[in-house]
Amino acid sequence: MSLYDWLLFLHILTAFALVAALVVFWIIGIVARNVDRPAESLRYFRVARPANVLVIVGILGTLVFGIWLAIERDEYQVWDGWIVAALVLWAIATETGRRGGIPYMEAKQLAERLAAEGRAEEPSPELRAKLKDRNGMILNGLSSLAVLLLLIDMIYKPGG
Amino acid sequence: MSVLAAIRPDDWNFPLLLHVLGATLLVGGLTAAVIALWLGWRGDSLTLPRLGFKSLLFVAFPAWFLMRIPGQWIASKEGFDGGDEEPAWLGIGYITAEGGLLLILISIILTGIGVRRMGRAEAPSPSVLVRIGTVLVTIVLAAYLVAVWAMTAKPD
Repeated sequence: MSLYDWLLFLHILTAFALVAALVVFWIIGIVARNVDRPAESLRYFRVARPANVLVIVGILGTLVFGIWLAIERDEYQVWDGWIVAALVLWAIATETGRRGGIPYMEAKQLAERLAAEGRAEEPSPELRAKLKDRNGMILNGLSSLAVLLLLIDMIYKPGG
Repeated sequence: MSVLAAIRPDDWNFPLLLHVLGATLLVGGLTAAVIALWLGWRGDSLTLPRLGFKSLLFVAFPAWFLMRIPGQWIASKEGFDGGDEEPAWLGIGYITAEGGLLLILISIILTGIGVRRMGRAEAPSPSVLVRIGTVLVTIVLAAYLVAVWAMTAKPD
């Protein structure tokens, strides 16, 4: 395998890691929407922990290997329109995803606090409200939309 | 994919988009299932095995078709319709895709029955069926990562 083959593989593998993390977050976000017991919500947050690692690997890997690929290939330049568009979409996906995760981080901290107080099995309307946070869902939706547009951009390469 | 992009006709873009989208969602669904099922291995709660089962049934299984049907569409456009001239990477793709579907189906059935039995039990206890499903899904995920390598590096 040439350097280009390795870079392409790692670029796509990290893109898969990114989407896999988004899928995990969506599944947890949907199934945990009606959860109000801290103990149960903490079980879901355990699933989110490996996904947090995947999302970091995905975000950094797609960027680093993507730019490296553009430098490696003579027919592509980092300032090509579709690559600039990809970088903008990457930034949007990253920032909206980060902001969309904040309500869930708060919900996790609340669940941990309630569990530490011995109220792990007591229903908490406050926890339920945080897990149903509308802004978090909207921001995560925007992040996923940006990733979908990135995929479209990578395949169609407009102007490329 | 970029090498392919340089030589592929534009009318392949749409099926390729669907194929890649399906593949990423498939790997995502399997990843969610693998994480949930391994974390629920001890069987001290129904929450995680059930999450793994739902990830398989409602995400991975439908995504398999979104990956496979456009994949065949591209193969047909390229003239690879099951003849002897197929490249090795396509063969790896076929074997992992078809074999993976079979293992996904077996895993859905096993974890589904296992989760149902766990739900009926008086006290939480581990399910052998769920554990077998966990191992099978992990094998499928590993095989699909090999397929991702084959599809991108395209070994002869």
